[in-house]
Amino acid sequence: MNENEINEFRSDVRAWLNENKPATPSFLLPETFMEVGTDQQFEFLRRWQQTVYEAGYLGMSWPEAYGGGGQPQVMQDIVNQEMAAQRVPFVPNTIGLNWAGPLILDMGSEADKQRYVKNILSAEDIWCQGFSEPDHGSDLGNAQVRAVKDGDEYVINGSKIWTSLGSYAKYMILIARTSNEGPNKYAGLSFFLAPMTAPGIEPTPIKKLTGEFGFCQTYFTDARIPADCMLGNEGEGWSVAMKTLMYERGAVGGQAGGLSMMDLNINDIIELARRATRNGQPAIDDPLTRDELVKLVLEAKGNALMGSRARVPALGGTYPTAVAMSGKLRSSELKRKMTRFAVSLQGANGARYISDDALDGGKWQRSYLNSFSGTIGGGTTQIQKNILGERVLGLPKS
Amino acid sequence: MIRFSDEQAMLLDTAREFCQKQSPIAEVRRVIEAGQPLDATLWQTMIDLGWLGVTIPEAFGGLGLDLADTVPIFEAMGSQLLATPLLATTLAAQVLITNGSEAQKNQWLPKIAAGQIATIALTEANGSWETDQITTHLTQAGSGEMTLTGSKTFVLDAGVADVILVSALRDGALCWCLIDASEIPEGAIQREVVIDETRRSYSLTLSDVPIRADQILPGTAFQKIELAAMLLITAEMSGGLEGVLAVIVGYLNTRKQFDKLIGSYQAMKHPTVDILMGAEMTRSYLYHAATVWRDETDEAVIEAAVRMAKCCASEHFSEAGDRGIQFHGGFGFTYECDAQLFLRRALWSQYQFGDDRHQRQKLGALLF
Repeated sequence: MNENEINEFRSDVRAWLNENKPATPSFLLPETFMEVGTDQQFEFLRRWQQTVYEAGYLGMSWPEAYGGGGQPQVMQDIVNQEMAAQRVPFVPNTIGLNWAGPLILDMGSEADKQRYVKNILSAEDIWCQGFSEPDHGSDLGNAQVRAVKDGDEYVINGSKIWTSLGSYAKYMILIARTSNEGPNKYAGLSFFLAPMTAPGIEPTPIKKLTGEFGFCQTYFTDARIPADCMLGNEGEGWSVAMKTLMYERGAVGGQAGGLSMMDLNINDIIELARRATRNGQPAIDDPLTRDELVKLVLEAKGNALMGSRARVPALGGTYPTAVAMSGKLRSSELKRKMTRFAVSLQGANGARYISDDALDGGKWQRSYLNSFSGTIGGGTTQIQKNILGERVLGLPKS
Repeated sequence: MIRFSDEQAMLLDTAREFCQKQSPIAEVRRVIEAGQPLDATLWQTMIDLGWLGVTIPEAFGGLGLDLADTVPIFEAMGSQLLATPLLATTLAAQVLITNGSEAQKNQWLPKIAAGQIATIALTEANGSWETDQITTHLTQAGSGEMTLTGSKTFVLDAGVADVILVSALRDGALCWCLIDASEIPEGAIQREVVIDETRRSYSLTLSDVPIRADQILPGTAFQKIELAAMLLITAEMSGGLEGVLAVIVGYLNTRKQFDKLIGSYQAMKHPTVDILMGAEMTRSYLYHAATVWRDETDEAVIEAAVRMAKCCASEHFSEAGDRGIQFHGGFGFTYECDAQLFLRRALWSQYQFGDDRHQRQKLGALLF
């Protein structure tokens, strides 16, 4: 595409979003796909995904044969940028669109592609992920959910935790242990595209600290799934999972696109500081609040500049991997600090919670409580610091 | 956006190698112990490298590069705690380049490029360098004659300077006065005791010192010089952070307590990672400020970028020095522990031209 075509496409997208962006509902929407806690929220977001897909703005670079648009990736990138800029709701089927979908297109059979891909795009089939287990936190290689082959089926037992959208999902990307033999713990793992409809699979919603739902613990009790839903060969689950994580982290392309969460940036906090009042005065007029706000701006901008410097190899310095390896730590901690500060901007009203009386319906209070999903999920801040200390600074293991 | 020029990349390599060779910690301690105003041999080596002329226009015998291109030099010097009159001289040259008349430039810039030492006197005895706090002033003394009176502090390397550029009020307006060292009365320059023992800092007390019209610079840019000083000091701090982190990591990887290397304790490991993050962020802000300095024309944008960098560096370097002492335990309490050299450097740098709190105050007005 030349520059004119790109600009023209961008303005088409902008116009479409403007026209079709759903009106703000009477209830508080979740901010990420991990926070969908009510049927009302889910149906709203699923309808939005359908609308976006039908307009041709999702899976634009995926093959037409499987329901995609067959267009250059740059078009989807433009759509994603415009969606973020216009603050439209996210599309809920993130795990399907951005992790399972690219994985199936990459290594699935023709039958898999025909069966799964289009319905991922249309939100007909919601996908969830079964990686973490209650006793093993982030230690994925130590997964203990068992999968025992019996004829042309596998019998699954055990439980997975933090299953986002578990109650709504039709399929799960599942890591399970098919063997305890092998040279190491990774060798006995296998990867499945498991139907959540199989008897014996029970997603049980977990009530979060926010008082809402959004995650499940998924119990497997002699659940039988077809053997042909294994992706890759038996015992290759670890490498398939690692590939999935590459898609999850955006380290490789191929995602269908769309937003998976509402963006929160420092400008939102500055805007809130002008709008929110402490002791009846705009928070931003209070010198101490202002000082705290400058600190947050510095952290936010500094984080962005670290990414910018990492793109100049000559400035890598003594620890060239430090910036890349600390991305999750820095962004999740920043989000926690920003949302915590957002509550403090409200003075006495900071004590309110989700209700009409609260500023923005209590969104900031809820956001702060939800921010711990970032600082805890995917390896806590403390684990991240161990990793950085050991792998980047070369300090001895704890 | 961070852009790094080929000139900067080249200077970075040369400067790192030079500073590591010239200024190992033992040498830093020797220089402190000797207390000499100038290490003439080292200074000559730096002249030979051409560092004095980097920012001086080609017409006056320099390389004609941007001030931002010297950032890697100061960063490399900072990591090895190498303090020389290069900082003061580069800033003084900047005053002349920005504010000087052709005659003044002609007279001084080629000499500076060739190794003469120059410095700036901005900070008043009251501890402020800000333009609305200057009390040093010119007085009309008869026909065309003027005299300069006032007290300046934190004048780097004044004891060996060939020329000093002084900020002063003339009829209520600020100006720069250029004073040849030979015209400064005996006793006017006194060595000061500062917390960073690698620095050579002086007070300058002027009482009715005669000033001719040709000693007054036509230009009156002050903030740009203040920002230039902040940029170069930030570069030194970024290097210093790298240096103190190396001292800390070295100790955490060798010192044992309760049969374990202390680096294995999370109480040490996690705050050390915080220092790493502070160092990485400081370096990013530094090269962002350097990029903006070189490529931007909007003064407010430059000011914000430099102040953010100085703020970040001040906060993180002083914290790293502070933790560096603590992590060395009993040894940290001794003069022998190298962490104190970095902490003292951090404190000096933090308080020159505005600490983090000062910068945040200014940034509040710039950003919102």
